[in-house]
Amino acid sequence: MIKGNFIDNLPKVYGIYTGGFLAFIIIMSIAEQMGMTAKTIGICFVAFTVAIYAIIGYLSRTAQADAYYVAGRQVPTVFNGMATAADWMSGASFVAMAGGIYFKGYGYMALLVGWTGGYVLVASLLAPYLRKFGCYTVPDFIGTRYGGNLSRFMAVVVLTVASFTYVTAQINATGTIASVALDIPFQYAVYVGLISILLCSMLGGMRGVTWTQVAQYIVLIIAYLLPVFWISNKMGAGFFPHFMLADEVARIGELEQQYGFVKNAAADLKTVPKGLAGITKAHSAVNATPWAFISLALAMMMGTASLPHVMMRYFTTPSVKAARKSVGWSLFFIFLLYSSAPMLATLSKLSLIDPSLPTGIIGKSIAEVQSIDWYQNWNQANLMFVSDFNGNGTLELNEFFMGGKAVVLATPEIAGLPYVISGLVAAGGMAAAMSTADGLILAIANAISHDVYYKIIDPKAETAKRLVVARVLLVVIGFAGATIAALEIQGILGSVIWAFDFAMSGLFFPLVLGVWWKRANKEGAIAGMALGLISGAAYLVWVRTGGSGFLGITQLTFGIFGSAVSLVAMVVVSLMTQAPSAATQKMVDNVRVPAGKSVI
Amino acid sequence: MSKQEQHWEKTRGLLFMTLAIWFVFSIGIFLFGAEMNEVGGPFGYPLTYWFTCQGSLGIFVILIFWFANRQEKIDEEFGFSERGDD
Repeated sequence: MIKGNFIDNLPKVYGIYTGGFLAFIIIMSIAEQMGMTAKTIGICFVAFTVAIYAIIGYLSRTAQADAYYVAGRQVPTVFNGMATAADWMSGASFVAMAGGIYFKGYGYMALLVGWTGGYVLVASLLAPYLRKFGCYTVPDFIGTRYGGNLSRFMAVVVLTVASFTYVTAQINATGTIASVALDIPFQYAVYVGLISILLCSMLGGMRGVTWTQVAQYIVLIIAYLLPVFWISNKMGAGFFPHFMLADEVARIGELEQQYGFVKNAAADLKTVPKGLAGITKAHSAVNATPWAFISLALAMMMGTASLPHVMMRYFTTPSVKAARKSVGWSLFFIFLLYSSAPMLATLSKLSLIDPSLPTGIIGKSIAEVQSIDWYQNWNQANLMFVSDFNGNGTLELNEFFMGGKAVVLATPEIAGLPYVISGLVAAGGMAAAMSTADGLILAIANAISHDVYYKIIDPKAETAKRLVVARVLLVVIGFAGATIAALEIQGILGSVIWAFDFAMSGLFFPLVLGVWWKRANKEGAIAGMALGLISGAAYLVWVRTGGSGFLGITQLTFGIFGSAVSLVAMVVVSLMTQAPSAATQKMVDNVRVPAGKSVI
Repeated sequence: MSKQEQHWEKTRGLLFMTLAIWFVFSIGIFLFGAEMNEVGGPFGYPLTYWFTCQGSLGIFVILIFWFANRQEKIDEEFGFSERGDD
């Protein structure tokens, strides 16, 4: 069926795959008509997609260091874009983003701007230069550019802190979805999720992760867009929601005015289950100060440019030129999902609060709402709650509570879409969380195996031995992440945002100045990484333990403080110590020119 | 000035231009978020709301492709581009 080189056949391979997946959705919807239960459909969707990823992971197995660490540097731009988009869009983006927009409105949308704007920094400041450098990992760049084992080791420390914070949230998300779809307890589901994740990456390393991530992107984007378009059409809101929801947005504004945002008494709020929230903020009005919005966006942008699991995806392109273009494609594929999230939030909110729609529940009697099927389902799943605080028997806006995840998970059911869509959404969420977890675990394991084990401990190690170490680390880190995830310390989104702040505190300026400031030296970089990370972490602890903070920097934007300390420390220490050697300066010159051999 | 210095100067110029546009749409306009939201934007959405949903995001996508093309031209001009791949 398929002749010649695998790379040349990629469009065909993934074309067949996409067709096969669509056919699977159709088969499932026919099965639903014929009476297959919702539970079986959910299991089929998750099991089928995970099995496909596992097969791709197995077929991508390799014994070569180049393939294991950087996928042989032959991933075409568009496919690398898809893989990066899957790598990037986590369980949080998929399951929680629309919910965040639904509840917090403008203040939350700083994340959309931040998580996309960061790619401009990636493309212009870093990715092409690090690709030219020819490194295997991000600490590899730091270690070679600045020299010395200490700088390399510090970079591994920052990378591990940031990525590990992030990965526990992703394993948590795979566990949540697996436990719902497969109907098993969460503490086992976490390990089911972990094993699925390891199946993709263990045998093929970066190569396996690349080709599974492309497959996961296709599943997650179909799973996100199909319901949004379907719901919009079913509600009669417009066949292309992105361009046609202005009336709906305005209508929500009207209803908000009409209902008003009534503040609930603290005693009443105590009766609401944990994790659920009511609608208390305007949908499309500006409800945050400029600095609150800008500081959050800025922290996310600089964090994006410092997260190693994203940066290392651009080490896999065939050329510097391709790395630049590939960043553009990545953002395009991310844009497809991000620009749909606000539309889903709008549709979801309007369908619930507009009394003139058949699905609207505000204004109905409490008893009537409590008898609706979908309300009962999601109330049982602990994602919806109503209570008659004022005792008038009618549901008011301030008496309706929902979990953030329900916007993505429950809206299809509320709108009356068949259950097959809910199964599809579960598969999409699983794909999003798995692909990000894979990228993160691989980033940590590769940094420790390549930079700590091979470069520092045993530089004479043979390839076979290096790859065994890399794989053992992958499993160990995965299990460590799963164990912590099972403890459920912080909500999915909180820890994701912290990861960005940790990464920018320690890595943003050492990376950027490594390319753009020749005078930056080893001592400066070490000071920048160490002081940046320590001061950022200290600020977080201070604010978490009741500190007041300053300049409006919160626990979500502590990276702004950390990176400012990092910049000052790096510049001052660099200037106080000796300039880098002529050889290092020449190396920087070489990095700045796309043509010619890579530096390492 | 050597060929390489000239190339780097142009590259830096392009970087500053790219970062200036990036700054406007990621930070600059949100200084006036409340005022801008009173104005109608594309497709009838309030303007600031539209920028956060689609506008800024889409502009970033276009900006990166534009940047990549300009940088390629600069590299070609100085004979520093890579041959025979993509």
